[in-house]
Amino acid sequence: MGEPGTKEVLNLDDLQSSGGVHTGRKHILSLLVEHRPGVLARISGLFARRGYNIESLAVGPTDDDSMARITLTVDGAAHPIDQVTKQLHKLVNVIKIRDLEPEEAVARELALFKISADGDTRAQVMQFADIFRGKIVDVSRRSVTVEVTGTDDKIEAFEQMIRPFGLIEMVRTGEIAISRGRSTT
Amino acid sequence: MRAVDAIMECLKAEGVEHVFGIPGGANLPTYDALYDAGLRHVQCRHEQGAGHAAEGYAKASGKVGVALATSGPGATNLVTAIADANMDSVPTVFITGQVRTDLLGTDGFQEADVTGITMPIVKHSLMVRDPQDIPAMIHEAFHVARSGRPGPVLVDIPQDLSRADIPYEPVDSVDLPGYQPTTEGNTKQIRMAAAALASSRRPVIYAGGGVVNAGASKELTDLSLSDRFPVTCTLMGLGGFPAPHEQWLGMLGMHGTRAANYAMDEADLIVAIGARFDDRITGKLSEFAPRAKKIHIDIDPAEISKNVPAHIPIVGDAKNILSKLTREYRALKADPSRLDGWWERIEGWREKHPLAYEDSSDAEIKPQRMIEALYEVTGGDAIVTSDVGQHQMWCAQYFHFKGPRRWINSGGLGTMGFGLPSAMGAKVAMPDEQVICVAGDGSMIMNVQELATCVTEKIPVKTFIMNNGYLGMVRQWQELFWDGRYSSVDMGASPDWVKLAEAFGAAGMRVADKGQLSDVIRTALDTDGPVVVDVLVSKEENCYPMIPAGQAARDMVG
Repeated sequence: MGEPGTKEVLNLDDLQSSGGVHTGRKHILSLLVEHRPGVLARISGLFARRGYNIESLAVGPTDDDSMARITLTVDGAAHPIDQVTKQLHKLVNVIKIRDLEPEEAVARELALFKISADGDTRAQVMQFADIFRGKIVDVSRRSVTVEVTGTDDKIEAFEQMIRPFGLIEMVRTGEIAISRGRSTT
Repeated sequence: MRAVDAIMECLKAEGVEHVFGIPGGANLPTYDALYDAGLRHVQCRHEQGAGHAAEGYAKASGKVGVALATSGPGATNLVTAIADANMDSVPTVFITGQVRTDLLGTDGFQEADVTGITMPIVKHSLMVRDPQDIPAMIHEAFHVARSGRPGPVLVDIPQDLSRADIPYEPVDSVDLPGYQPTTEGNTKQIRMAAAALASSRRPVIYAGGGVVNAGASKELTDLSLSDRFPVTCTLMGLGGFPAPHEQWLGMLGMHGTRAANYAMDEADLIVAIGARFDDRITGKLSEFAPRAKKIHIDIDPAEISKNVPAHIPIVGDAKNILSKLTREYRALKADPSRLDGWWERIEGWREKHPLAYEDSSDAEIKPQRMIEALYEVTGGDAIVTSDVGQHQMWCAQYFHFKGPRRWINSGGLGTMGFGLPSAMGAKVAMPDEQVICVAGDGSMIMNVQELATCVTEKIPVKTFIMNNGYLGMVRQWQELFWDGRYSSVDMGASPDWVKLAEAFGAAGMRVADKGQLSDVIRTALDTDGPVVVDVLVSKEENCYPMIPAGQAARDMVG
């Protein structure tokens, strides 16, 4: 997926299961783009005008100064992923797109949780942080800030656990992902 | 060398001979370089006119059209033409001036973020930040504009950078790792398509503007004639297959022929080539060609299965795919008699529902008659441009285009005011051809200022205004679908077109009697210089047949 052009013979059944129609799952699209002003605007503009929703978006440099990596997650139940990737391919500044299959990629997200905690509850919050291998990065008399990394499922699970203590604020980076094995993403 | 002088060298290296535009503050350096660059600059009267002229130039010649404008309002005036070129895949390069880099982002005088404004409507755009990049960027712009699926590319150059001194070395290659259009069609898919054609009993070839863009008319004709395949073209594809012809069904879609639309409806196989299953073609998607297997040939992979799922997609250049497909099909030696029944059915529709209109019993000129007369007088030997509306549809129906690049109109965006400036561009590209603009009275006034360009620059286009005193197509919809409540469609006090033409220094003529129509057309075509002919036609004629918006081919009316 993601390569322009017709590589393999397709029949209608294949088409309906792969493209044009909805896959019904979350897709992580990893885009290698030219590191230039305006590239992100082109991508977000494309999503906006074609009515596609971005669930999360993370942008950062790569090992090559002239390139940047954009990782976006898109809901395949709401949008035709095949059409999304083909439209992205039409942007001249987009070098490469990979639709990372969940089983062949490692995906991680970082989240910071500011949780209300005083003498009584602080220990409990810290215990949950421990279970989730979170780190306490800030503490005050009435709050604790925990850093958690993991898949979005893990982060959502942690959120559920600590919500009853009083979640003051949560900040998430959006998922980034890398392919498993020796080959490059 | 000044960067602007390097731009001129780049333009010449790209084979540019003509550019259209208007100077202003931010592109003064460009115009200074243009002064003795040896290119012909057509000084237009409005940037929209320059943009459409560049499109007309490109559509008539197949070369890249170039338009120049200054920053701010100059650039924003180009926007409609850029959007138009994007929708109809017209190879064009727009070079705009921008305010100095120290003013960028400060709301400086005549500053507009034109790369931002045009982002959704360009194939690609480039904003210069380092003057040394300018030569490479100009070549990238031309490469992207003309290759793959053609389209508009914008290059925005801040004024101070365009004056900068740069070392200029001719550029002989472009390096765009993210841009590699697929041109070769997949052989296996082509073979599958040939087999599907050989086993089909009710095939239709549905060709779009991509055939014209790819220069694949001959290959389309070869494929069609390799058996008795019926052919229909979209509005943009007209001329891609020579009309009239016994295998020609006429245009399809909203105002297409019944034969073409019914054939699509009953087909068991549709071969779409360089066409994008636009809503004006498909009508109600769920009822579009329900029995047909679809082969979709297109250079843009994003068009495949965008609106209608394709059973056999083939991505690549139509020209080489069609010639391979014809070869593969011939090798299969299919029995042509399998199509006999299909042709009987098609002939039945043709006989029962020919394109026809009721002519007036008096001297009144029916609009359809006007187009027929133009076709008869020219013998079809002309490049015809049009505006958008009823007259455009009647041209498509009654002027039979023998070859590609002879029908120039705004299909995707539907831009009124496109006709005159695009005719101007077409005439500059093809000075030896008769170039006719068929305008509506509503459209004509939208870019009438370009008459001054035609006169000053000695561009002898002949404009025929189909004057019914209305925004005719909107009136037709109000009559048919809005209970005849004519809301703001009466043109009221239109100018006296003859006097207006004369005021511009062009020749003006008028005809209201169908007995004199052909003579007036002949006189206009024989008159030197730009001519405007005011043709007074029936006021409330409707354009039929018609598939009402959102309905199926079966629901054609009129």
